[in-house]
Amino acid sequence: MLAYLARRLALAVLTIWAITVLSFVIIKLPPGDYITSYIAQMSASGGFVSEAEVQALRREYGLDQPGYVQYLRWMTMVLHGRFGVALEWKRPVSEVIGDRLWLTMVVSVAAIVVTWALAMPIGIYSAVRQYSTGDYVATFVGFIGLAVPSFMLALILLYLGFKYFNASIGGLFSDRYAEAPWTLAKVWDLARHLPLPTLILGFAGTAQLVRIMRANLLDELGKPYVVTARARGLSEWRVILKYPVRVALNPFASTIGYLLPYIVSGSIIVSLVLGLPTVGPLLLRALIAQDMFLAGTIVLLLGVLTVVGTFLSDLLLLWIDPRIRLEGKQ
Amino acid sequence: MWWRFRRHKLAMVGSVVVLLFYGVVLFADFFAYAAPTASEAQRSLLPPQPLHWLDGGFRPHVYGFSGRRDPVTLKRVYTPDPAKKIPVRFFARGFEYRLLGLIPADRHLVGVEGAAAEETLFLLGTDEQGRDLWSRLMYGTRTSLTIGLLGVTISLVLGVLLGGVSGFCGGGFDTVIQRVIEILRSIPTIPLWLGLAAALPSSWTVGQVYFAITLIISLIGWTELARVVRGRFLSLREEEFVMAAELAGSSQARIILTHLVPSFSSHIIAATTLALPAMIISETSLSFLGLGLRPPAVSWGVLLQQAQNVQALAISPWLLTPAIPVIVVILAFNFMGDGLRDAADPYGH
Repeated sequence: MLAYLARRLALAVLTIWAITVLSFVIIKLPPGDYITSYIAQMSASGGFVSEAEVQALRREYGLDQPGYVQYLRWMTMVLHGRFGVALEWKRPVSEVIGDRLWLTMVVSVAAIVVTWALAMPIGIYSAVRQYSTGDYVATFVGFIGLAVPSFMLALILLYLGFKYFNASIGGLFSDRYAEAPWTLAKVWDLARHLPLPTLILGFAGTAQLVRIMRANLLDELGKPYVVTARARGLSEWRVILKYPVRVALNPFASTIGYLLPYIVSGSIIVSLVLGLPTVGPLLLRALIAQDMFLAGTIVLLLGVLTVVGTFLSDLLLLWIDPRIRLEGKQ
Repeated sequence: MWWRFRRHKLAMVGSVVVLLFYGVVLFADFFAYAAPTASEAQRSLLPPQPLHWLDGGFRPHVYGFSGRRDPVTLKRVYTPDPAKKIPVRFFARGFEYRLLGLIPADRHLVGVEGAAAEETLFLLGTDEQGRDLWSRLMYGTRTSLTIGLLGVTISLVLGVLLGGVSGFCGGGFDTVIQRVIEILRSIPTIPLWLGLAAALPSSWTVGQVYFAITLIISLIGWTELARVVRGRFLSLREEEFVMAAELAGSSQARIILTHLVPSFSSHIIAATTLALPAMIISETSLSFLGLGLRPPAVSWGVLLQQAQNVQALAISPWLLTPAIPVIVVILAFNFMGDGLRDAADPYGH
């Protein structure tokens, strides 16, 4: 078990390192550097940057140094919680991102919870009542879920909501809470707005998990131990829930590692369509304005949080599945 | 394998649909009746014209329209004019193009008798710049589907190469490649793609951006294929015929190319088919966000970009039509891929 844990931890650290390098590459990729953008920004707003100031800035950011030194400097900055200045806002990046990062994570994690909560009962039902009307409906909806990208689903729902209810279904807060400080009422407001975006985000994942759950459970249901349990006179629900479902659940837990990056990824684009105050719209604006410090930081933080989330889900898996716990002992 | 595949009805339907779509890719100019860039402010955001089939016998036609600007909302309003019948003809002459890029031609699937189709026929309506949506959809299909195909080819080469090395050589190679795959799969892809795509210089031509986007998409896409190839290699390596070939003195390259690859090519075809929809969705998402292909290139994502907000959707819901081919083609590829997988590996499930 410790060996497993150590392996996962090492991999997580390695992944985080890869993400920092990639984020740095994204920051460095466009022609010019931070200073040229800064100068352009200043002269656009009628300001003036003296040559001495430029030199000082270049030295401060280490832009006259080779790439790896710049990377190390940037990493030190990041580790101290300084992410640079967002050009467009003229405020520190961390301030601009603010709550948005957490809201992104709240939406994504909620989407995973919804995915699980829906996929499990539907999958079990589909397998136990194979070829029933409900099963066909679930399969059909599942195929739609696989085929409709989440942002398209958001667009379609947005249109339907507008046409039939004449209401905008976007956003995460009502107007009066949008800029308000965090209170219990605001949290409640958030909770009321969450279901729709999470459903949209979780739809594709749910469809996939239902299919996995159904196939696994069907395999298990045909096995002799199920017949034995039934012959022993256990009630039907007990027979199904106590044994085969537990076995079928395993791939369920292990796919979460791929589900989280997928959903975080989807949340960026869905947020844009639904106007959610997550990092999605911010990232897009930053990229279009070539505000690379902001963009790189968002990519970095999203990546790191995703890896941490995946690691936590690995711990969860460890707790659920005794086979993994025992792996190290053999 | 073909016989097993034939039995899978949904997969057959899927394949037919996929073939139809690639027919559009090849003959996009024929299916379109207006050049994709032909714009006209006078007919901006024109709603779709319903096609009427009968008029005392089989005479397909659409109604003409007259447009004016609403004085209150400043929005263009169009009223169909049933008295002005525009006869629609099949295989009519239209703008000139080169069939398959070679043969000069000017026939199109539909056209208008006695008038230029660009000026009078708008089966799916027009966009903000007054460009015909149907024709743009045809050209968009060409771009989106070829990007998918090209992207999947690059992924396939990478996947077979790295997955093959990983599975056949094992050891250090295997560990490194597997870790790289795990790392790539645990990073949220869209932010990463966006970052890379945004860094493409804006001075690049449409063609350069096209290839760059394809490359960016396939950089992530190869992991799944590599996993499949590696898995097959691992299980096949232990088979007797491989040992027999080894004992007979075949070189490693010969074993891989003439003995191993043919025995799992069907799996690769299935995995490739299942990877294509993801490629198409990726391109559509990137272009939809405005960081993928840039106008004047036309792709499904570029078309959908106009339907990005509620206001646009409320005024002109037909801008959402490009979503339909996306959904249909993804479903078709999924059905086809499922069928291929079942046919390749009947005991796999």
